[in-house]
Amino acid sequence: MFLTKGMRVGLRIATGVVLAVLYVPLIVVLINSVNADRAFGWPPSGFTLGWWSRAAHNAGALDALRTSVVVGLLATVLALILGTLAAMSLQRYRFFGRDAVSLLVILPIALPGIVTGIALNNAFRTVLGVPLSLWTLVVAHATFCIVVVFNNVIARLRRMGGDLEEASMDLGADSFTTFWRVTFPAMRSALLAGGLLAFALSFDEIIVTRFTAGQGTTTLPIWILDNLFRPNQAPVVNVVATVLVLLSIVPIYIAQRLAGDPSGGRV
Amino acid sequence: MRTVSARSRLSSWLTRTPRARLALLLSAPLLWLGLAYIGALAALLITALWSTNAFTGQIERVWTLDNIRIVLTDPVYRAVTFRTIGVAVLVTLIDAALALPVAFFMAKVASPRWRPLLVAAILLPLWASYLVKAYAWRSMFGGGGLIDWLGAPFGITSPGYGLTATVCTLAYLWFPYMVLPIFAGLDRLPGSLLEAAGDLGARPGRILRTVVLPMVFPAVVAGSIFTFSLTLGDYVAVEIVGGTKQFLGNLVYDNIGAASNQPLAAAVGLVPVVVMIVYLSLSRRAGALEHL
Repeated sequence: MFLTKGMRVGLRIATGVVLAVLYVPLIVVLINSVNADRAFGWPPSGFTLGWWSRAAHNAGALDALRTSVVVGLLATVLALILGTLAAMSLQRYRFFGRDAVSLLVILPIALPGIVTGIALNNAFRTVLGVPLSLWTLVVAHATFCIVVVFNNVIARLRRMGGDLEEASMDLGADSFTTFWRVTFPAMRSALLAGGLLAFALSFDEIIVTRFTAGQGTTTLPIWILDNLFRPNQAPVVNVVATVLVLLSIVPIYIAQRLAGDPSGGRV
Repeated sequence: MRTVSARSRLSSWLTRTPRARLALLLSAPLLWLGLAYIGALAALLITALWSTNAFTGQIERVWTLDNIRIVLTDPVYRAVTFRTIGVAVLVTLIDAALALPVAFFMAKVASPRWRPLLVAAILLPLWASYLVKAYAWRSMFGGGGLIDWLGAPFGITSPGYGLTATVCTLAYLWFPYMVLPIFAGLDRLPGSLLEAAGDLGARPGRILRTVVLPMVFPAVVAGSIFTFSLTLGDYVAVEIVGGTKQFLGNLVYDNIGAASNQPLAAAVGLVPVVVMIVYLSLSRRAGALEHL
């Protein structure tokens, strides 16, 4: 190692400090959900579980949770289909415009969020004359979720190679049987990882969501934002926030086990 | 004679014609992304050239450059544009300055056993809810919050909601997007190269400056595309911790909502598109696009 001992210690400390700062805000949220002080002053004056029981009976939050799950599931199914098709065509074939297509897949997430938001909002309302609803929201979410599925599936296809499929065809299976009995089982865990991460992305999205959701469509992030500035609702928002932080560990843990990529193809 | 089923005929036709297979696979995603998404972007440009009726707020399909002119010359819009780009640059620089030592430690100093754990620790907050993280910073910057409490012994008080809070929050939110490409870039950098530089008599500082930095620069630019673009497109965190300060995104959102001027919103929305096209073409020159 070419670094001096002092430099190595310095790097270790810097990394430790940055990691600590990464987790402090999340820990603050966890503690505030049981903070007895209504204004959430620091340090907490005492602890209570009262906010948790209030949140468990909050009809608005539960309704929003239901909407978020429905939107997330529909967007995930669409993203799974489109992302898999795109990954299979880009991995297996060389064709004119191939690079343009792979750029197209990352574009909805690479362009700034407001651009995707206003472009889709404008396309629905001005060009197509479609009123915003739950369905327009699903279309918007599916558009930027494709890339997560795509990244997971294409990584798997690359590792898999084409030998097994060729063997299956040589042994007399037609292309449908080969897909169903060979390709699909090999992709299954990548699809599960991609689907989970697409769902998590949709579940959390707010920037594009506010541009493409109808008036009556309140997802959980919209509900949080609506209640964020109401002092009366702050304790319940804290509890919902805590639940979200704890839940976010689930998809990343499973995706890490399945795909071995902790970013899940998001970076 | 055996009858050949439609399925097996279709299957053998597909096997014989790879073009047909490709068309079948590619048509749906291409229609969705190419036609719907690129179409929506093109429509944005067209809408920006239309006008609204001053009384009814309805869109009138009359060609005009007024919206573009307002965005380019109105002092309020110009101030917001420069503020948004300035904050995006600042957030990018802060993230790069923090990510370089962390990524270097992860890739070259930490023992291989610790490496995956460190990567997971950096990336876990990426999947925690965006709103929750912005909200946590709101409660930390608020009066009597964590920052006031920590700063009290040193006579520091929280700057409150405004540009400082916005920069901190956005730099925090996008940090993992900067670390990962740099870590990947450093991971690919062979250790023998650094040893060779040392054997030839270069001091550590010089090795970092003349060997590590030039080789990792494209990865830094790749990370900066994320931090820059995400900051440019944000308006929700700005609402939460920015106080009265506005970003381009807030102007777009206000113009489709309260002010109800869709063509003007579209024109404002074109600004980040143009800025990103310039940024991406500069990044391409730095050879960063292969690192994405």
